[in-house]
Amino acid sequence: MNVRLKMFAVLKERSGAAEAELQLPQGTKVSAALEQIGRRFPGIADVLPKAAVAVNLNYAGRDTVLHDGDELALIPPVSGGRA
Amino acid sequence: MSGEDDLIRLQAEPIDVGAVVGWVSDVDGGAIAAFVGATRRQGGEEGKTLAALDYEAYEQMALGQMRQWAARARQQWPIRKLAIVHRTGRVEVGRPSVAIVVSTPHRAQAFEACHYLIDALKAELAVWKKEVWSDGNSSWVD
Repeated sequence: MNVRLKMFAVLKERSGAAEAELQLPQGTKVSAALEQIGRRFPGIADVLPKAAVAVNLNYAGRDTVLHDGDELALIPPVSGGRA
Repeated sequence: MSGEDDLIRLQAEPIDVGAVVGWVSDVDGGAIAAFVGATRRQGGEEGKTLAALDYEAYEQMALGQMRQWAARARQQWPIRKLAIVHRTGRVEVGRPSVAIVVSTPHRAQAFEACHYLIDALKAELAVWKKEVWSDGNSSWVD
């Protein structure tokens, strides 16, 4: 199945890509997808454990099962700042 | 009350705060509260100063988040009109990066709704900022 990967901010810069297509076996979880992403984009491998993930525009946990056509986004810490 | 009339926007152009306040004005809203977040001047290492912030958004997600928080605010307070406008791209120091404006019948409700919304944005909005320093260096804020 195909999953569209989107990367932002520091992750986009360090990976050198804003978007990529991932080919994954049916039933792949976010955690396994992140391992594949780390191999394909070694420049961000060290950041991946800390990055939040969104699937189809909603924050998702590492155990979330991906489906064909999903959009998986790597979310660096948000800009927020101090209150 | 539906939130279809909310003004929820990401924009690369400067925020005209007066125009947003004007948009939120309502004959039944006796109170209008506005929160404006601006890029703050700050010093870095070796005397360099912050020149600007570059904002990058995951637009679809950020718009969805803002609509969701607007709907939650409407469940909690009797909001007449509501606007959330956030910048993308380069914002010079001292310029607005976000404006949240709410009109309600009475002032406490407007303050509370405004406070709720900016706290939600600060914690979770899918927008990132990069510091651009006076010496030309830049770095993502994390």
